[in-house]
Amino acid sequence: MEKILSRPKALKDHPLSYCPGCGHGIVHRLVAQAIDDLGIRERTIAVAPVGCAVFAYNYFNFDTTEAPHGRPPAVATGIKRTNPDKIVFTYQGDGDLAAIGTAETIHCANRGENITVIFINNANYGMTGGQMAPTTLLGQVTETTPFGRDPQREGYPINVCELLAGLKGTKYIERVSVCDAPHVIQAGKAIKKAFQNQIEGKGYSFIEVVSHCPVDWGKTPIDATKWVKEEMFKTFPLGVIKDETK
Amino acid sequence: MVKKLVKGNIALCEGAIAAGLDAYFGYPITPQNEVPAYMSRKMVELKRVFIQAESELAAANMVLGACATGKRAMTSSSSPGISLKQEAISYMAGMEVPGVIVNVQRGGPGLGNISGSQADYFQAVKGGGHGDYHLIVFAPANAQEMYEIAYNAFDIAQKYRNPVMLLCDGIIGQMMEPVDFNKEPKTKFEYRDWILDGCKGREPRSLKSLLMEDGALEKHNLDLQKKYKLIEENEVKAELYQVEDAEVIIVAYGISSRISKNAIKQAREKGIKAGLIRPITLWPFPSKIIASYAKPGVKFFSVEFSLGQMVEDVKLAVNGKCPVDFLGRAGGGIVSDKDVLNKIIELAK
Repeated sequence: MEKILSRPKALKDHPLSYCPGCGHGIVHRLVAQAIDDLGIRERTIAVAPVGCAVFAYNYFNFDTTEAPHGRPPAVATGIKRTNPDKIVFTYQGDGDLAAIGTAETIHCANRGENITVIFINNANYGMTGGQMAPTTLLGQVTETTPFGRDPQREGYPINVCELLAGLKGTKYIERVSVCDAPHVIQAGKAIKKAFQNQIEGKGYSFIEVVSHCPVDWGKTPIDATKWVKEEMFKTFPLGVIKDETK
Repeated sequence: MVKKLVKGNIALCEGAIAAGLDAYFGYPITPQNEVPAYMSRKMVELKRVFIQAESELAAANMVLGACATGKRAMTSSSSPGISLKQEAISYMAGMEVPGVIVNVQRGGPGLGNISGSQADYFQAVKGGGHGDYHLIVFAPANAQEMYEIAYNAFDIAQKYRNPVMLLCDGIIGQMMEPVDFNKEPKTKFEYRDWILDGCKGREPRSLKSLLMEDGALEKHNLDLQKKYKLIEENEVKAELYQVEDAEVIIVAYGISSRISKNAIKQAREKGIKAGLIRPITLWPFPSKIIASYAKPGVKFFSVEFSLGQMVEDVKLAVNGKCPVDFLGRAGGGIVSDKDVLNKIIELAK
């Protein structure tokens, strides 16, 4: 019998450390599938963040390095500039990318580094138990916003895609979600395009994945994906935000 | 060969370039601005990588990324900027990524001033970042040595998979001296079995310092200690100047060693037997060499542009066998050869 669907070669057969119902596993699979489809596994170097995906190097079946919290864009710059023939991507959460690593994110994008950035926005710091992230929604209760995020006290959620789209160095920016099957299919296409752009030397590609974090949100997986659609999409509208690759 | 009159900072650049530097990542700060300025032209002309980073944090992490792939990369800064690089330095030590970091020191603490200083000894030698680790720390004393130490730093870093720091003086960085650029450019490097270069025909590799499995981090630390022991056995370097019969021995590095040498010459003219031990490596520290001169009747003192840092290591090396005194100034204050001579005369009484 012919096997028509199996684990991508770019993903190891290793138990994931993510919480039940988490979106990370889906995104890992999509990234691995894109890398398999494009035949770039043996020349890919990934930069893992600090946060929930800190163990990404246990799951991806290609060369990986860790980076200090927020610094993956700088580490990736060092790798890509000295190894332009390699495929380099960072995989970062909202705290890593949009709080502690804001400067690295903006300047890497502004230099137009020919890399791919996969950004998981789940509106909180998952690894440390669900504190407020830069992308936490207004009114959202977290470990450190027990009364709900109040813009007078905590400011507003950051729309990273729109922020980066204003920089001339960025070439492809899309916001996707993995809350249900149709969205997963679209997310897979976007991620593949972001790697394809790098292969073709088209420059900086950024994919934000609006993802769900049922355990830290205190929701069932079904309620969590519902909340993504009903609440997160209002603040973080999906779609291609910028495309200068044509 | 004809020598060229250049600043120490430029000699440093030429040494790194001759060593096969693939990438330089910098950020402006006085008194090391000649380094990023020179590299911005030279590295681009050589079709190598130059980036002026958005911060010292980013520059150090770019070094981490490039060196993780086996390339030769360097960053330079001065004291406040070096504090910012400590994050990446600790990671490089933990991940065993061999970057080269240059500190052309200025006065501190805080923003301090832009005068020459040696107040970053503790930071360079005792850790700086978090965790149980060591950098291999060199202290050049003139422009020629800035060239030569930079030329060799990358080989040593890669040999031990350990970050190397060049702890330089603002004064030497800025001072013009004749330098003999006598080194052959390095081009061929042996293949290394730990670098990230894509997993073609082999199992994937990962570089990390996060070791959560039971006992894994302790084992890693013990392995690092074994490596540090090996470095201590093999890499200690010091210059000895008129120490064989000396009754007063100065321990000084970098610019203060040169001032001390002048004072020693003057003391000898007065019939006082003074000498100098100049650590070229600050870590590993030349403890055994110092200990071998710690005999009855000998008095030691360290001369530093700080209020007493390396003197602690001199005391540990002497281990109570002789008195150890100190002479230093802080915040850009210059210890003169006259100050040093007076101290020699005082101790020789």
